[in-house]
Amino acid sequence: MDRYVCTICGYVYDPAEGDPDNGIDPDTKFEDLPDDWTCPVCGASKSDFQKE
Amino acid sequence: MPPLEIKKDIYWVGAIDWDIRDFHGYSTYKGSTYNSYLILDEKVTLFDTVKKYLKSDLMHNIRKVIDPAKIDYVVINHVEMDHTGCLPEVLDIIKPEKVFCSTMGKKNLLDHFHREDWPYEVVKSGDSISLGKRSVQFLETRMLHWPDSMFSYIPEEKLLISSDAFGQHWATSERFDDEVNFSELIQHSAKYYANILLLYSPLVQKLLASVKDMGIEIDMIAPDHGLIWRKNVGAILDAYDRWSKHEAKRKAIVVYDTMWHSTEMMAKAIVDGLISEGISTQLIDLKVTHRSDVVTEALDAKALVFGSSTLNNGILPAMADVLTYIKGLKPGNKIGAAFGSYGWSGEAVKIINGYLEQMKVELVDPGLRVKFVPDHDSLKKCVDLGKKIGQVIKERVPE
Repeated sequence: MDRYVCTICGYVYDPAEGDPDNGIDPDTKFEDLPDDWTCPVCGASKSDFQKE
Repeated sequence: MPPLEIKKDIYWVGAIDWDIRDFHGYSTYKGSTYNSYLILDEKVTLFDTVKKYLKSDLMHNIRKVIDPAKIDYVVINHVEMDHTGCLPEVLDIIKPEKVFCSTMGKKNLLDHFHREDWPYEVVKSGDSISLGKRSVQFLETRMLHWPDSMFSYIPEEKLLISSDAFGQHWATSERFDDEVNFSELIQHSAKYYANILLLYSPLVQKLLASVKDMGIEIDMIAPDHGLIWRKNVGAILDAYDRWSKHEAKRKAIVVYDTMWHSTEMMAKAIVDGLISEGISTQLIDLKVTHRSDVVTEALDAKALVFGSSTLNNGILPAMADVLTYIKGLKPGNKIGAAFGSYGWSGEAVKIINGYLEQMKVELVDPGLRVKFVPDHDSLKKCVDLGKKIGQVIKERVPE
């Protein structure tokens, strides 16, 4: 599973960890995140992320 | 205020904004400063500038030290307009060889000033440039507090130019931490942290760890607002560590707005309950308290207790203001509860609970509603709610 980096703030989405604070379970692929998921650090949208 | 040499051949050349009282919604009862620093070396370098309307103060200060045309480099640690508002005019005068900024700094400068012709030089964390006798190491601090933010560290001087981090909105003629009252300085620093940086606390933790890992020596922190730290460097780093860990005291704030004093009566009874449990408590009336002071008091409180009358099936506007503001700043490690008087529908408590849940504040009680004016029994319930909150605080926070 690929990691994705936020181009605005540098936060890295690691699918192994997910984003539990925002209801995303570990082992969730970036592609499977809901469309309205946002960067937990700066609030940028999914489209602002690039594959690491 | 004239320029001040803060280290050999390094000058403060900023501007003091004595009169500002509202800084984009943050109350600045004692004004602010926009700090700019000038290093005289083989490459003369200016770090950050000031608000547009204070350009003359900056240029006057620079001219007292050196002919502005002799400045070779300009470093932009942060693009927000309190530090760049005068940049187009200043760069026209200076005509620097290079303008150093982060990757996001260049993007954000272009989005502010639309000047493709400036001599941008993008730097990343770990990059270093030589000024002659001295060098500048850059450390990107994305989202502390904008994507473009970075620090400039001058190792030969053990000087950290820290952009907005470690700053305070406080207009003074003194420039150093040891020249002012320390407890007032920490209070202004706490207010700055609570209102500007609190939501990025996890990043502050990472930054403090990486500064420790890098083993960089700091004997002076020069922020872009307020006083320069030279005597209390350790104290402000420790304070940032505590604040970013969301360390709380045995303290509660009871914040309310009221229409006909009923919610106020409830608030005061809750405060009585908290005090009887030995909890340090602040009663905050939103009719006379600014949102930025509420969040400052919330910074080291364990319990946030909010009360509002129900108005037009909703909460009072001042309460909506404060809850919206605090929610955005993402306080952590808090417990809380809601209360309020109502006439017929009584939605306020439910609405406040909704905000608290979104803020991940742990509700220790479903909340207390009283119809119209509280009687003795209702006020007893308020006192009991205060005691209950106080007991949970004591369970969670060591003495």
